[in-house]
Parts: sequence; structure tokens; C-alpha cells
Amino acid sequence: MDLYEFINFHLIPGLLLGSIYALGAIGVTLVFGILRFAHLAHGDMLTLGAFLALGVAGLTGLDPWFALPVAMALTAGAALLIDATCYDYLRERPRILTVMASLGVALMVRAVVQMGWGTDPTTYATGIVRPTEYLGWFLLRDRELMTFAAVIVLVAVLEAFLRLTRWGRAMRAMSDNPDLARLCGVDNRQVIRLTWVIVGMLCAAAGFLLGINTEVWAMMGWWALLPIFAAAILGGVGRIDGAVLGGLVIGLAEELSVLVVPAQYKSATAFVILLLVLLFRPRGILKGKVL
Amino acid sequence: MDALGLLNYALFILILAGIYGLMALGLNVQWGLTGLFNAGIAGFFAIGAYASAILTGPAVAGRVGGFALPVPAGWLAAMALAALLAWPIGRVCLRLRSDYLAIATIGVAEIIRLTIRSEDWLTGGVRGIAGVPRPFGDLPYLTAQLAYLALVLAVVVVAYRMMERQLHSPWGRMMRAIRDNEAAAAAMGKHVERRRLEAFVLGSALMGLAGALFAHLNRSITPDAIDPMIVTFLVWIMLILGGSGNNRGALLGALVIWLIWSLSELATDRLPTEVAIQAKYARMFLIGLALQLVLRFRPDGLLPEARRTRPRTQDHP
Repeated sequence: MDLYEFINFHLIPGLLLGSIYALGAIGVTLVFGILRFAHLAHGDMLTLGAFLALGVAGLTGLDPWFALPVAMALTAGAALLIDATCYDYLRERPRILTVMASLGVALMVRAVVQMGWGTDPTTYATGIVRPTEYLGWFLLRDRELMTFAAVIVLVAVLEAFLRLTRWGRAMRAMSDNPDLARLCGVDNRQVIRLTWVIVGMLCAAAGFLLGINTEVWAMMGWWALLPIFAAAILGGVGRIDGAVLGGLVIGLAEELSVLVVPAQYKSATAFVILLLVLLFRPRGILKGKVL
Repeated sequence: MDALGLLNYALFILILAGIYGLMALGLNVQWGLTGLFNAGIAGFFAIGAYASAILTGPAVAGRVGGFALPVPAGWLAAMALAALLAWPIGRVCLRLRSDYLAIATIGVAEIIRLTIRSEDWLTGGVRGIAGVPRPFGDLPYLTAQLAYLALVLAVVVVAYRMMERQLHSPWGRMMRAIRDNEAAAAAMGKHVERRRLEAFVLGSALMGLAGALFAHLNRSITPDAIDPMIVTFLVWIMLILGGSGNNRGALLGALVIWLIWSLSELATDRLPTEVAIQAKYARMFLIGLALQLVLRFRPDGLLPEARRTRPRTQDHP
């Protein structure tokens, strides 16, 4: 295998998948860090976001990329609704019950998607797109360039929000120490709602990008759940930069694993990495929290 | 449906209720007694089913098999393999909060599903394994069903008695102490991690046994015979609705939920095809909803765990 082939058939697909995992992992790490539980419905929220984008594009005839913001808003609304109905009342009870409730939510969200759109895989746009060659080395399709751009913009906006605004600082304070944050006048409930809005938007974006680069189908999010969690824990729970790094590592590892193990075990890679991280370095690469 | 068909159907439902009851007992050791969140019940179930099917089944060209071991040996192997799978997972995850175990067990279940589908030489791939011997399978159908039901019930009763003994032994007391206040139990010198590992392995072994009972009931096992999410969920709702921490509650929950689940299937099967597919997903939605409702309104279950703590100063006659 020469370098050209390695770059275009392993490196770029790995980074592409990794940047999508990174968006998912940021959502997981925000919930893990601020609400302090493993949100097992995250994958199916991705699916919901992807299908909402499909629905909006179908109803309005918009280009799917323009349907994405609408889908992000709708998914944020869905996340708020789910929090109010399924998680909020468990806040004073042991946290593990919320984890259990989130697994129930995963099943419910998936059932809604399956009732609404069926179970057959579909796509946003039909037809084969040929990649363009850049600099004589890199084969990229337009949608792949757009994906990288979208991920970079979203991460930059989120980082700026968390670092520069009052609400962003409140979120980080609550992630560090919720009681102390409350004593300093941070309204925990508002911060939780804000977190769900952001997480819902990130879910829709990740689901849409996964769908536009592969297929849109009912199990797509559930399949992505394990790599996303592996990425969040590998990077360090509660760290945005960690989630991005973890996402890229997991995406690359999955795409490179086909060089050594049979292709059908590609999705086992994330699981192996997850177990190794939990065994040797549960705080992750960038020293996140251990709950 | 005539009377005989109805009777056969009722027996079939009861046998499956017993198999689910066994899984609920296993989950009770893990969750009810120890507070461990196993989200991959179906994985341990599948391991048990395949282990017993391979060891007792006939030889087929191109696949490992033909050991033709007696059925009890297959069941023991099912328990042993499920336990062997649980051990390393428990070793890695039980040091950390239960959230991590939940994620890891989801992963285990997915990996097992993947392996079963792709390793044709071991599991027969998508075709699965057929010709698994069934105890009392040579009898006429109705008698065979009755005999198998008796067998399953006997296994459930034995498992129940053993779990009750564990629950009331010093070991069970220690487990509850760890669950309710880990720091205090550790301070008293209890080895928290090891005890949790024991509970996790024990519960998983019961789930493996349930899988073996299932494979022998159907005389075959295929990857599509079990929907992982549905199996895992049903067992969770059974335990929580019945009353986690209470073995009788686990069995009661298994019976109630399995009856509701099967009767609702009977109802949706009568719908026209185009609605029936929707109804299948509607039922999945309803199990998710049922879990929310139980967590919200009946968190202690129908038969709550008996609390043995009483005020110290008071004398009881």
C-alpha cells in the first residue's frame, strides 16, 4: 500500500468519522460533566436529529444543509422535553436511576423514529458524487469538506461560548463543583436546561453529518453510541478538547483496524480501546473526571 | 384457537415466564442486592444459549460441533462461560461508578452479537444452530411441554432457594451494606470490589443458564431469535416492577410482565399487516414508557425489599 492510498482510504475517512464522533463525544462529555450521568440515549438522539433534518428537507424542499439548523432547534426542543419528563424528577435520587431512565428513553426515541420513518436505510441526496483531487494528494468530496468545516465551526463557537460568556462560565463552574456554583448564585436548573439545548443541537449536527456521509437509518445512532462514549472517556470526561481528541483517535483507530482485523469487527475497536482506557487510565488522556 | 391450542400456548408462555424469571433472579443479585447496572443481559443470555447448543448439538459440516454432551453438561458450560465472560468485564469496570459498567455491558452485548453473526465456523452465522436436543423431546407434544415446564420450574425453584439462602447469609447482609453505604462497608474492612465481582459473576451465570434453557426449548438458536434491547429491557422492568432486592418480587414481576407482553403480542398479531409493523414499534415504545412509569410511581415495586432495620433502642418481643 502506498502513501496515496493510505491517506485517501484510511486517514481521511478516519478523520472524517472521528470528527463526527467528536461532536457526539462533546455532547456526552457535557452531560457527564455537568449532570454527572452516562447519557445512554445519546446515540438515538443522533438518529432523531438526522431524521428531523430529513423530514424538514423533505417538507420544505430545502437543501439538507439548510434544513440542519431547523433540525438542530427541533432536537434541542426534544432534549428539553425529555429532560423535563424523564430525567428531572430523578435528580434527587441515585444517579444510576437516571442512567437507567436514559436507556429507556433510547428505546422510546428509536421506536418513534421507526414508527415515523420506517426501518429502511435512506439518504439525503441520491447519486454518486466523485471526489475532487486537491494538491495532487487528497481526494475529497464536497460534503466531506463541508463536514470538516461544520465541525470546526461548531467546536469553535462552543469553546468561545463556554469561555467568554456568563452562561458558559456558569456551565463550567457547575461542571467543576455544582454546590459551590449554586452558592455563588448560579441557577443550576437554568444551566441544566441550557446544557440540554446545546447537547440537543450537537446531537442533531452529529447525526446529520453521520447521515450525509453514510446512510440515514434507525440504528445509526445506537451503533455510534459505543465509539462516542469511548471517545469521551478516552479524552477525559468533562473536557471539550479531550472529546475532540478522543473522537479523532477512535475514528482513526476504527478505519485503521481494517488493516489488521476482519472488517466486520471494525466496531469492536472502540470497545477494546474503552476497556483499555478504563483499565489503565480511567481519567483519560487529558485528565478529566472519574465519576 | 381451540382448547388444546390455547393450553399449548399457555404452557409455552409459562415456560418462557420461568426462563425470564431466572434472568430476573440473576439481575436481582446484580442490581437489587449490589446496585450494579448490567445493560447487556441479552449478551450473557446469548452466550449461554450458544454454549449449550454447540456442546450438546449434532455435528454439522463446516462448524465446530458434534460433542453430543448430555444436556446438564451443556447447562453447566453455559453458566461457566457466561461467568467467564463477566469476570474480566467486572474486573475492569467495578472499580468505577456503575455508569461505566452500563456502557461496558452494552459493548459486550454488541460484540457478542457481532461474533455470533460473523463466526460461521462456531455459531453457524445467520443460520444459527439447529437440532439442539430437548429434554423429554421424544414424548407427545403436550406431555413434552408439560415436562419441560416442570423442568424449568424446578430450575427456577432451585435458583430461588439458593438466592434466598445467599440473601439471608452473612454474604447477603454484607452486599446490602456495600450497596447502601459503600464507604462505611469499606471502612469496616469489607472488600467491596471483590464482593461486587462475585455478585456480577453469579448473576451473569444465571442469565447464561436462562439462555441454555431457551435454546433447548426451541431446539435451535439463531441470531434473530432474540432482540437484545427487548430482552434486556423486559428483564429490567420485571425486576423493578416486581421489587428489586426481593427474589419473590423478581419472579412475580417476570410473570406479570411476560403475561402482559405476550398477550399484547397476541392482540397486535391480529391487526392487518401494514398496521402490525407500526404496532411492533409501538410496543417497544410502551416498554420504554413502562420503565419510566415504574421508576416514577412505583420505584420500590409490587413487593418491596423487606427492610430489617429497626430502631436500636426499642425492644421487640
